[in-house]
Amino acid sequence: MSSEFFGTHGLDWLDLLQLTGHFALLSLLAVGGAITSASDMQRYLVGERGWIDALQFNASVAIAQAAPGPNILFVALLGWSVAGPLGLLATMAGIMVPSSVLTLVVSRYGRTRRDTLPVRAFSVGLAPLTIGLLLATGWVLAQPSRGHWGAMLLVPVTIVFMLRTARSPLWMIALGAIVGALGYA
Amino acid sequence: MKHDAVQAPHSTGELFGAFTRLALQGFGGVLAVAQRELVERLRWMSQEEFVELLSISQVMPGPNIINLALIFGDRHFGWRGSLAAMGGLLAVPLAIVLALAALYAHFSSVPQVAGALRGMGAVAAGLVLSTAFKLAGTLKRNAMGLSVCSAIVAATALAIGWLRWPLVWVVLGLGALGYVLAWRTLSAQQAQPR
Repeated sequence: MSSEFFGTHGLDWLDLLQLTGHFALLSLLAVGGAITSASDMQRYLVGERGWIDALQFNASVAIAQAAPGPNILFVALLGWSVAGPLGLLATMAGIMVPSSVLTLVVSRYGRTRRDTLPVRAFSVGLAPLTIGLLLATGWVLAQPSRGHWGAMLLVPVTIVFMLRTARSPLWMIALGAIVGALGYA
Repeated sequence: MKHDAVQAPHSTGELFGAFTRLALQGFGGVLAVAQRELVERLRWMSQEEFVELLSISQVMPGPNIINLALIFGDRHFGWRGSLAAMGGLLAVPLAIVLALAALYAHFSSVPQVAGALRGMGAVAAGLVLSTAFKLAGTLKRNAMGLSVCSAIVAATALAIGWLRWPLVWVVLGLGALGYVLAWRTLSAQQAQPR
């Protein structure tokens, strides 16, 4: 690792500030998670600024999906590819801070008024939407499995495993990795 | 299930540890593990509370699981709790992701790696779906009634999963519809108490 490691990798401070600003804007638009704004991140980083190429972008998303932890970490990898640790700080602060502050303010407001009609209607009325969104996410995640019978079988097997046993989902993740590595997924 | 006593985390350290533990089990998304750990294993909240937290987390911008951690931490230990829960979700996984990115360059062309990723992706899909099925049980006790709830669930899943409509319009449209229906049901109940 060179002395450049903790530097700005050829970006000036204004670039880093703009990087943070762009991700901060996306933070407030990304209802349903940062992955919904990934197409705009690609447009900005690859197309408009040319800081990374499309392959680096796709690899960042795929690695974060495959690793344990929140998928939001693909944003950390994007920042790292652009400008090392400082870039990581720029993209993560941008994507995390605005939405986090807003969420805390709104949830505290709702908490102090939770027995009032407007807040009760919120939790009762939005519960089915919440469950519908989960079903949709599961459906979208299952799409790459189409045409691969092993992978298609893993989906219902995982559902039964989770509904019928109290074992850790790590067992199923491991099974999925083994079945896939052997070429059956 | 309703009779299970709900516990509470004792310290921010315990909160950090619990969210680190669930983050490390979450491949391809942490929500399914969060439900299992927070509701079923630790009993820090009921299914209903989990759905309520998740509803706020999904409607607010930002990653759902991060929002859920922020709100849950805040409810127990204020902003220190928020930082502890969010730090637990991110710290160790971030180190792992950076290490994997460094390894990736060497192994990206190996077919077994691509196959393993696809197998894990299919399991991740099953995990999310099983969470949806478990939480759907809470709709039986929803004030709007099961048929209204089922219609909204189906419409949401179709609009996002099948038609791929923009999330913001679906959330605003069907969210507003659910909100108005719930408002009317609840105010009718208040008008004539049992």
